[in-house]
Amino acid sequence: MFRAVQRPAPVVTEDSAAFWDAADEDRLVTQRCAACGRLRHPPRPMCPECGSLTVEVVELSGRGVVYSYALLHHPQHPAFEYPVLAALIDLAEGIRIVSNLVGLKRDEIRIGLPVQVEFVSTDGDHRVPVFRPVDVNGSVAP
Amino acid sequence: MSPPAFGGVAAIAGIGQTEFSRRAGRSELQLACESITAALADAGLRPADVDGLVSYTVDPVEETELVRSVGFDGIGFSSRIPYGGGGSMGVLLHAASAVASGAADVVVGYRAIRARSGASRFGGAKIAPSPTSAHSGTTAMQWCIPFGVLTPASWMALNSTRYMHEYGVTSEDFGRAVVQLRAYAATNPNAWGYERPITLEEHQESRWIAEPCIHLLDCCQETDGSVAVVVTSAERAADLAATPVRIAAASGAGLFEQEIATDHYRPDLSVMDGSVALAARLFDRFDIARDDIDAAMIYDAFSPILLMQLEALGFCGPGEANEFIADGNLALDGALPCNTNGGLIGEGYIHGLNLVLEATRQLRGTAVNQVADAHAVLVTASRTGAILTAD
Repeated sequence: MFRAVQRPAPVVTEDSAAFWDAADEDRLVTQRCAACGRLRHPPRPMCPECGSLTVEVVELSGRGVVYSYALLHHPQHPAFEYPVLAALIDLAEGIRIVSNLVGLKRDEIRIGLPVQVEFVSTDGDHRVPVFRPVDVNGSVAP
Repeated sequence: MSPPAFGGVAAIAGIGQTEFSRRAGRSELQLACESITAALADAGLRPADVDGLVSYTVDPVEETELVRSVGFDGIGFSSRIPYGGGGSMGVLLHAASAVASGAADVVVGYRAIRARSGASRFGGAKIAPSPTSAHSGTTAMQWCIPFGVLTPASWMALNSTRYMHEYGVTSEDFGRAVVQLRAYAATNPNAWGYERPITLEEHQESRWIAEPCIHLLDCCQETDGSVAVVVTSAERAADLAATPVRIAAASGAGLFEQEIATDHYRPDLSVMDGSVALAARLFDRFDIARDDIDAAMIYDAFSPILLMQLEALGFCGPGEANEFIADGNLALDGALPCNTNGGLIGEGYIHGLNLVLEATRQLRGTAVNQVADAHAVLVTASRTGAILTAD
């Protein structure tokens, strides 16, 4: 769908580049401490568990459940359709991210809903992860 | 462990403010000059008596400009509090600490804001081009922007929906708190909501900002204005013009994984556990009982966080704030008269610091909605707080 203003690009910093670079290739990743194995998000330079500055980037399953949500009605920004379906997703690996829900009706949104990642385009040709419900058999909803 | 040594050493000797409006028509610097001058006049002090300044990191008024405008000439202490509105009561913590340590004799705390008529509306949908937000504690908003989660209401809605889910809290429960706040504001000539009480029906019929938790009437105002407080030693304050209000306790609390508005990463978002920690630091470390608190001023940027803080601060159990409020406990004759100026929702939003003025008025006995025999008032903003007492 054409919109005059596109979904804003992510803010890429030295600390977050690995996450967004992977997203540009439709891969959902997170940081893992190379010393103690702790996963963390949002990405940061030091492990709060052991103090290590050495980081690995690991691919995630993209599966999770809706931890919370909100239908954002107002105020509005021209880059988005309203209401915005905003959600916190608890990923299977135990980290949480802010994202959007797609492929469901407003009255189908509920806490605990199983979801699967997919990617959508932003301004500046970036890609960002959003989440679509999966049915009880694990199939992604149409 | 004995209580922190600065408890009770310092006092609020003066308060001042501008009018609260939606279009001040003058700069934040001028607004700050006006509120500070009023606070000094209230205390019976002159600019030359001031040697300390405290504000928020996000305040646009530069100390250097303020000094050259008000005519301060011997500033020896200045500091700023991070964490946005959550840091509001850090102004009292820093001022009292500076006075008690001897770093300063007279500290002015101020906040000046044009939340409505300024360059961008405070609650507006903004796309920040940089990863940080002026040290307001919302660095993580960079993780929200590509998803249209652009406003304080949207950030807090994600936590509020989970709170509703966890405890079966409803929008009507939030509405009952707002009806009480607007009842207080209705009798406060200084309030945006003066002479405009609302009904629960009107609350429910106001448009959705973030469904299912935040209607328009659950939101604080976007206000233009400034407030200021003058803090000095309780000993010196006793000899000044206004009735002193002692800073009996003050603290901040920050927990691992805790952020400010974009606080989405703690395991259980249905509990404001930063406020749980804050309450422990205020009540336990300073050896003050919750039962001693005669009134509370609690940061109500959005009504759901008022309920969540009532629980986190220990005035009712988890998930019980709705019944606590429905039973009338926030009213003047209730167990905990709360935000008696109408709060940030009913009076106006000077980023939380106007709650300190209301606490001071309660302890002086000069509030519009006066609590009988108020001797101790709690003022909190999520992760910072203070307990103020009358001598």
